[in-house]
Amino acid sequence: MKDETIGIQGLAFHEPLLFDQGSKGRTACSLPESDVPEVKPERLLPKKLLRHDIPGFPELSEVEVVRHFTRMSQWNYGVDLGFYPLGSCTMKYNPKINEDVWRLPGFSRAHPYQPESLAQGALQLMFELEQYLAEVSGMERVSLQPAAGAHGELLGMMLIRAYLESKGNPRKRVLVPDSAHGTNPASSALCGYQVIQIKSGPKGCVEPHTVAEAMDEDVAAIMVTNPNTLGLFEEHIAEIAKIVHGKGGQVYCDGANLNAIMGISRPGDTGIDVLQFNLHKTFSVPHGGGGPGAGPVGLKAHLAPFMPVPVVERKGDRFVLNHNLPSSVGKVRAFYGNFAALVRAYAYIRSLGPSGLRRVAEVAVINANYLMSQLKGHYHLPYDKFCKHECVFSDARQIPHDVHTLDIAKRLMDYGFHPPTIYFPLIVRGALMIEPTETESKETLDQFIAAMKKIAEEAEREPELVRSAPHKTKISRLDEVKAARQPNLRWKAKGPVEESAR
Amino acid sequence: MRYIPNTEADCRTMLDAIGVRSSEELFADIPSKLRLKRGLDLPPPLSESGLRRQMNALAGKDADVDRYSSFLGAGAYNHFIPAAVSHLVFRSEFYTAYTPYQPEISQGTLQAIYEYQTLICQLTGMEIANASMYDGSSALAEAVLMAHRINGRQEVLMPRAVHPEYRMVCGTYANKLGLRLLELPYTDKGTTDLKQVKAALSPRTSCVVVQSPNFFGALEMLEEIAEAAHGADALLVVAVAEPVSFGIVRSPGECGADIVVGEGQSFGNHLNFGGPYLGFFATKEAYLRSMPGRLIGQTEDKHGRTGYVLTLSTREQHIRREKATSNICTNEGLCALTATVYLSLLGRTGLRELALLNLRKTAYAKAAFSKLRGYEVRFSGSTFNEFVVRSKKRTPAQVNRALLGKRIIGGMELGRFYPELADCLLLCVTEENSREEIDALCKAMGGAR
Repeated sequence: MKDETIGIQGLAFHEPLLFDQGSKGRTACSLPESDVPEVKPERLLPKKLLRHDIPGFPELSEVEVVRHFTRMSQWNYGVDLGFYPLGSCTMKYNPKINEDVWRLPGFSRAHPYQPESLAQGALQLMFELEQYLAEVSGMERVSLQPAAGAHGELLGMMLIRAYLESKGNPRKRVLVPDSAHGTNPASSALCGYQVIQIKSGPKGCVEPHTVAEAMDEDVAAIMVTNPNTLGLFEEHIAEIAKIVHGKGGQVYCDGANLNAIMGISRPGDTGIDVLQFNLHKTFSVPHGGGGPGAGPVGLKAHLAPFMPVPVVERKGDRFVLNHNLPSSVGKVRAFYGNFAALVRAYAYIRSLGPSGLRRVAEVAVINANYLMSQLKGHYHLPYDKFCKHECVFSDARQIPHDVHTLDIAKRLMDYGFHPPTIYFPLIVRGALMIEPTETESKETLDQFIAAMKKIAEEAEREPELVRSAPHKTKISRLDEVKAARQPNLRWKAKGPVEESAR
Repeated sequence: MRYIPNTEADCRTMLDAIGVRSSEELFADIPSKLRLKRGLDLPPPLSESGLRRQMNALAGKDADVDRYSSFLGAGAYNHFIPAAVSHLVFRSEFYTAYTPYQPEISQGTLQAIYEYQTLICQLTGMEIANASMYDGSSALAEAVLMAHRINGRQEVLMPRAVHPEYRMVCGTYANKLGLRLLELPYTDKGTTDLKQVKAALSPRTSCVVVQSPNFFGALEMLEEIAEAAHGADALLVVAVAEPVSFGIVRSPGECGADIVVGEGQSFGNHLNFGGPYLGFFATKEAYLRSMPGRLIGQTEDKHGRTGYVLTLSTREQHIRREKATSNICTNEGLCALTATVYLSLLGRTGLRELALLNLRKTAYAKAAFSKLRGYEVRFSGSTFNEFVVRSKKRTPAQVNRALLGKRIIGGMELGRFYPELADCLLLCVTEENSREEIDALCKAMGGAR
């Protein structure tokens, strides 16, 4: 690889905080003249409730605000800039048309409480999206309410609890494999369950006998991730479901990795009772620098009475919101869900259609296996078998040179790539979890492979170069210990703040 | 396939390199009985232009606040959004990025959220704020759980003047952990009854929740409630669904709140038929380690250059797993960025002017309704930009139906949440409602049959 093809380029401005620029009285605000009497606020509100100023608040013109955020945006790495192989995060390309359609006034400028008769388009979209997601997953109903994957997990566990309570006993424990994402145990705990961790087998999958040993009538559910965080399909999922159901438990599936099996296998057909979708992964909703996403929950019919309200139903040719579900768990947020995310997922499914969604899974899996096959001589591969959407390497071969996963990740930035997910799953020491997704070309994968090989070489020959990476970014590694020990979580005025000109 | 670059030929080359004959071999680990033996039953793919037509058709069936004059608020507010907001937020460096786990290449998101945390502290009068939560209602539920973590107590005093959906969300979250929500009534001022608060407080009380402005638009006497709560060693949690009020109303922090949460949608985020919005969450420094959600902190690199990182993650699920302060692993990053851009544009004087304009327009509308035959203003308390109107003759549904004929979306019919207010409407007036619109509303309601 030639040097000019790699690395961070372009201008990087220094940009102070909002609060350290501007000047008194400056504003970018353009409000209409008041067309009602300009009554003094003292006559409208009791004096003790009035506020006169917000000390330290920004005072900037429009051009300053625009430059501020434009400059800051240039310090960010997004999917539109390059390869973003974060394992289990499915950082696929976010189609541009989707960003246009959610902003149509009938969607973005519609009020959640406007009359149903004037929200038929939005309700139809939600109704149809529920059907599409149910078909893709093999589930019977879908709640669109949760705002994120973890929020979906929480709702899913609430549904299980409500169902078991209706049978007379909510039970006490939830089984979670050691390869699970940390949100799984946290969501179970929020539902009042004690978490029992179970060990994955030597081939990286959960084994039926381990489940059978842990399973008893105090266990409410098992939470499995399929395909799992090692990028492997849980081969024994049907048998595991049978064991859990046999003792009256429920099977929750973390659907974060649905991208690998769309159109090929449906969780609902494998014995799953509940699963969450991550629309910001599988269905191309952008991640937004940490949300908003959406985490709808698919469920089997026996859990439908407990769905959060309202649900969208069809009555003849009209779509209505049904708030009347007497056994409902209630609500996990106000209104109906992250609707603008639902619009994008709907648009994505309609763009790809059934054959397209299946092709997504096939190419995502081909891309991941291609990466794995090309890197396996250079990095330690703890589970050497065909993977699904992602492959997991470790730093075992680099450790003798005192080069670790974190160093490899940071060095990748110098080559113009976002690093993979690191140190997860926890069962692989020094994990490098790589998920290319289907939206990357072979050429991009080849460039990434070349960079990874080069780093493996560097680790042997010039380990310090890797250990001190990144070298071409705006800043180098940050002192995270200082950040945690002496928390500085907000700007504070250095001296007394001037009274604003009122 | 426009989003999948690799052609059949590319895939062929890759399959050869992997050493398999077809992609089928890569799926061999999925047992045959678990395979889908048919194609998915979904509509056929649409071209980009076909999709655009389909989406236009759906969106065209909905009313929007450009084509109707709307007086709906109740937790979702129609405010003007300056053009610069969407231009900046739609920079794909922001919206196509992931959670900023790699600070060296995420400083844009990180600095913006640090600024957001600061703005929220300044507005709420609190010491620290997190990077945002799903929405106002779930932020309130998390605040209730946090209060329980701090003092271990089991009872939550929950006034009926709190948004009914927020109360419902709190109930859904809290009852799994054995917390009890005790309802408190409202007075003829439309505010929470202080005497009832005092009477309900006990050594079991974990926190008192108050919304201000509350669901009826009325401002609560936070100082007095704070004093009562603290007298019983309980925490005061304040929820704010209409944060534009921060421009003119004294901050909850100044009034003694321990945790302040609320809905940040008003700050530059679209109505979006209910989401995505953002929950803001602020508290005192002393409670830092009990706080849920992501936090951004300032630090420096080895050359002494200032930078920002996700910090204090030892509270969080990926380290603490089942012992975490919450299961939340994202914020509503882009909505928080939107709020940051919006607040930067309005600034110190703009937010105050905006709040004042909302206050004056609402006062104008309220005065008009107090004189309108067949109606009365239901509550006597001070309000910000919402108020409750009682219709003496026609039902709220009849009133609203008549208004729709004039392309006016009227207020929220309160009977859905409050049987005793079945003859009442909750009206909201913002800077987006001109005097002409307000006059037209009164005229249409006065003449509604």
